[in-house]
Amino acid sequence: MSAPTTQAARATRMSAKDALAAVHATRGPRDIVITTMTPARDWMLLPQHPLDLVLVPSAMGSAPSMGLGLALAQPNRRVIVCNGDGSMLMNLGSLVSIVNARATNLVVIVFVNGTYEVTGSQPVPGAGVVDYAALARAAGFESVHAYASIDGWRSDVRRVLATTGPTFVALGVEPVHGQPGPKSPGPARERARRFMQALRA
Amino acid sequence: MFSGEKIWTLLEQLGVTHVVTVPDSTIGRWQSAIEQHGTTRLVRVCREGEAWQVAAGLYLGGATPLVLIQCTGLLESGDAIRNALHDFGLPLFAIIGYRSYLNQDTLPGDTCLIFTEPTLDAWKIDYRLIAEPSQFDEIGAHWTACRDAAVAGAILLAEGKA
Repeated sequence: MSAPTTQAARATRMSAKDALAAVHATRGPRDIVITTMTPARDWMLLPQHPLDLVLVPSAMGSAPSMGLGLALAQPNRRVIVCNGDGSMLMNLGSLVSIVNARATNLVVIVFVNGTYEVTGSQPVPGAGVVDYAALARAAGFESVHAYASIDGWRSDVRRVLATTGPTFVALGVEPVHGQPGPKSPGPARERARRFMQALRA
Repeated sequence: MFSGEKIWTLLEQLGVTHVVTVPDSTIGRWQSAIEQHGTTRLVRVCREGEAWQVAAGLYLGGATPLVLIQCTGLLESGDAIRNALHDFGLPLFAIIGYRSYLNQDTLPGDTCLIFTEPTLDAWKIDYRLIAEPSQFDEIGAHWTACRDAAVAGAILLAEGKA
């Protein structure tokens, strides 16, 4: 493991698409995967699953909190949240709430690219300085992982996702400039209805 | 106005599975009763917008959550309410403490009294103001009505000193 915020790590950051592909290849058929912002845009390029919850539109920073609720309501399923670093900064308290609620089936993956990519790649506060893994540890997460290289992430993703959580993963990813933000995959109400049906199936 | 035991009994009757909350000095007193019985799970969060988001996840997952916050937290919850109630159309329900409604000794001219109800109206949340103990039964009645209509709703619970 290595902290993705170090100079060496920044030089070898993985692509978000590759990192998401590793999650996609590893998620189980009963797993819930929540995506938002840049991870949502890239996740939608992959084959979709009835238990995908694409938070587009979203509330600011809401994905980990939605994930917490789902994890508590569905304790026998693994809930994987793919979040951006800008989004994480908008809801840092959620890390404390997740630990306090003992959501052992929840995995929060933060894609650390240092930018608000979907709004034109403005830097997030603390870009290159904030250690997200350390924030998670300070919030009480015991299962904390950080990767900068795709090889390391691919090698460990299955083990990391299988760990008793709550689990936090920081992935150092390369920002992609000039890309459009994620487009909603369809009316949110209808998607919510289908998602709930899929959970009951 | 109401004891924790009385509120817990009501939550049990209504089938509430999770209470997602940030306390104030009135509704915070209910926590021990809810935790003591253990059948309705208390989920403590750090900010009120987060409470709506956690409740949204709970509802999507098949649970029956209640958001329990103060009106000041309602005012900071806007984006979460917009997304959960209006984008995703989730019929979430909240009990919201109405600060200073009964007593402004601590905060004379409390602006909560200016902005709380217009905010609920702006977010199209069907609410009932509970200002007297005799209105207790209206809480369950409004919950049931909102549930049956599959719409979001709230109880605005009058509070005294901040």
